[in-house]
Amino acid sequence: MTSFFLIPAKRLPALLALVLAATVLFGAGDDPVRVERLGHQLMCVCSCNQILLECNHVGCPYSTSMRSELVAEVGKNNDKGVLEWFVAKYGPTVLAAPPTTGFNRLAWIMPYLALVMGIGAIIWIVNVWRARSPVTASRPVSSQESSELDQFREQARKEAGL
Amino acid sequence: MPELGSFALLLGLALSVYSFLAGLVALTRNEPRWKVLEESARRAGIASFATVFLAAAILVVAAFSNDFSIAYIFHHSNRELPAPYKFATLWSGQEGSLLFWSLLLSGYGLVLRLRHRTDERLFAHASVVIAAVQTFFLLLLNFAARPFAIRPGPVAADGSGLNPLLQYPEMVIHPPMLYLGYIGFTVPFAFALGALAMRYPGDKWIHITRRWTMVTWGFLTCGIFLGAHWAYYVLGWGGYWGWDPVENASLMPWLTGTAFLHSVMMQEKRGMLKTWNVWLIFSTFMLSIFGTFLTRSGVVNSVHAFAQSSIGDWFVAFLGVIALSCVYFYLKNRDHLRSDHRLESLVSRESSFLFNNLVFLVACFTVLWGTLFPVLSDWIEGHKVTVGAPFFNKVNIPVALFLLLLTAIGPLLAWRKTSLESLKRNFTWPTLGALGTGLFLLVTPASWGSPFGLRPWNSISYLYSLMTIVLSVLVGLTVLSEFVRGGRVIAGKTGASLPAAMVQLARRNTRRYGGYIVHLGVMLIMIGFAGSAFNQDQEKEMSYGDKLAIGPYTLVCQSYTQEENPNYSADIAIMQVWQGGRQIDTLYPESRMYTAAGEQQHVPTVRSTLKEDLYLVFEGQNPDTGHPIIKAHLNPLVSWIWIGVLTMVVGTILALVPNTRTLRAVVPARLGTAVSTRPAPVGAND
Repeated sequence: MTSFFLIPAKRLPALLALVLAATVLFGAGDDPVRVERLGHQLMCVCSCNQILLECNHVGCPYSTSMRSELVAEVGKNNDKGVLEWFVAKYGPTVLAAPPTTGFNRLAWIMPYLALVMGIGAIIWIVNVWRARSPVTASRPVSSQESSELDQFREQARKEAGL
Repeated sequence: MPELGSFALLLGLALSVYSFLAGLVALTRNEPRWKVLEESARRAGIASFATVFLAAAILVVAAFSNDFSIAYIFHHSNRELPAPYKFATLWSGQEGSLLFWSLLLSGYGLVLRLRHRTDERLFAHASVVIAAVQTFFLLLLNFAARPFAIRPGPVAADGSGLNPLLQYPEMVIHPPMLYLGYIGFTVPFAFALGALAMRYPGDKWIHITRRWTMVTWGFLTCGIFLGAHWAYYVLGWGGYWGWDPVENASLMPWLTGTAFLHSVMMQEKRGMLKTWNVWLIFSTFMLSIFGTFLTRSGVVNSVHAFAQSSIGDWFVAFLGVIALSCVYFYLKNRDHLRSDHRLESLVSRESSFLFNNLVFLVACFTVLWGTLFPVLSDWIEGHKVTVGAPFFNKVNIPVALFLLLLTAIGPLLAWRKTSLESLKRNFTWPTLGALGTGLFLLVTPASWGSPFGLRPWNSISYLYSLMTIVLSVLVGLTVLSEFVRGGRVIAGKTGASLPAAMVQLARRNTRRYGGYIVHLGVMLIMIGFAGSAFNQDQEKEMSYGDKLAIGPYTLVCQSYTQEENPNYSADIAIMQVWQGGRQIDTLYPESRMYTAAGEQQHVPTVRSTLKEDLYLVFEGQNPDTGHPIIKAHLNPLVSWIWIGVLTMVVGTILALVPNTRTLRAVVPARLGTAVSTRPAPVGAND
């Protein structure tokens, strides 16, 4: 089976992984780009609840010095090291999102788990309902009837002016 | 005056308690001789509106007459405050906003009680539930958050003034809209609980509830986006949504309310999901109260929250009572909520609604989870973590994309089962159009004037942006194809032009086509969101004649000026905007110092076009050089969001307007059990 653009379907996952990896790795070594990216993963600690690079709190006692520290650390450390340096200095609340370690991993897992469980529940419910449905059990709708039904629906729409 | 206000609130409480208790007794007796008591309960409910209205009016008069003996007026007003903001004092602080909440609730109660002849028994039950909720808020106002509390000591000559962030015209509209939305969900909740408690026969209650919910949902939608608009034009950080806990609190009931507006169609059309719908309404109301608790208890950090206070405990207790009442009546009468039909196929309108509901609920859960996770982390780990925009964006964008896909395909699926032929007929052209748009955005080189240089391999946000635009176009084209197909039939029969026929079509089935217009609004909003992947900003110290380049624009600092009035003094930058070698505009970003509050505030200025917003902020002055600092943001497609919201409002209003003509079509009987034999208005239920 092939999909759009004649890419074999079995190679799609590998291709997707390649695109995602390229997406993540492109521009990883560029300092201004790293400052921009990391500055959006950090919070200003002045209680304004704003991302560090978006803090426009008038007279903010922290954001200016934190931005200077960020530029300095980006020159010395890799991304992980920069974030660890900020956590060591300002505490875990300086990170704009929970880290993917320990208990905090739960923050990331739960939404996707809820989605997957919900989809599973719907498919299960539909299957149970279909199995119990007296109409389906007594006389399943054939594909010919189904197409006939569509024609009648269309006819009803036209006759009713819709 | 303050004494009169306090007395009015006390009287309002007494009337609400009477309305609740007398109504409850009359309903449990259910005999004709208790009818008088039921009627007196209804009238007491109406009278409670008069007393709460009087109290609110007294507080507004106190703001206008600068009565600083009242602590609330002292803290939220001052002599030089402009008149519209003095009026807005009513909802600017904890106590006043609770009074405003109570006023709106009693207003909804008034309308409901005046319309009781629609169905006296059902409305009497709903009236009792509303009286119970009203009693809670009046208890708060009388004992925990008193708006007429007197400030100790001598009367101050002037007040502390209104928070400068709230001194903006939109702040006079945004909170009332938001509150109308929040509080309005009490009415559907009252009908749902009342109908369940009385084992209401038939589905009439759901029709009544759906209409109320749509009105309420419309207000909440306006309130949320007015808040976003205010954040964009006032807060000066260049964004409109920051995933702040208070913003999240307003989003959660909106998500479950939207889920209900979709799933209720399954109950109306097929008698399915009765239990689900009742719980959606219960949850929506509880989330409204929970949002109020978040805003006012101080349990989470938020720049929007009211001052931390002890009223959080009251809300926890109230939420407990609501949850217990819902569970009790559900367990008692759950056999009344059995579905009339079963679902037959995964490829059907019914299952698309199920998935739609799932996505809305997962989005709601994600927002709730992210909002409360810092508290959970604090309990379990012993320290808080921050759950900010990066988390919500990363988790919610895939969910939103799935929802957008469902928005495109759901309305075109048939009830019960959709055939392959029908799928091909309905989706071929919209799908090709959407894929063609995506391809065009991919292959168009930036040198051709491609607005964004959409290269999804450069960044995950570009990939999301491309997917959002493609799916939005799919939504737009499927909606358009529905309008064109129906319009052509009418045009063929009546000889009207296609646009006139499409208007006629919408008027014949306002709910369905109003809903489609709402979907078009969602499409525009999503395209607007997609633009945020291409935001740029630049910051520079600028003295006279200095230049700053951003995107296609060059900003030239012409000069600086100052302005002073009794309320504030302002430094204003005069910035020329140049594009393509000619000056196209002049912008005036300000930095204000409010006299009474002693607080400084940036007032950004925005040059808005369909393509992008040029957004300038006067950030302040460099203390070393004395040079002013200007920050420029270039935000693509933001206007699409506001246009999308207006489109949603138009769609909601259209959906509330009655049809001009009801059309009926009977499916031929020879199909026997394969289709419903009950005549149904064509398209009216979908």
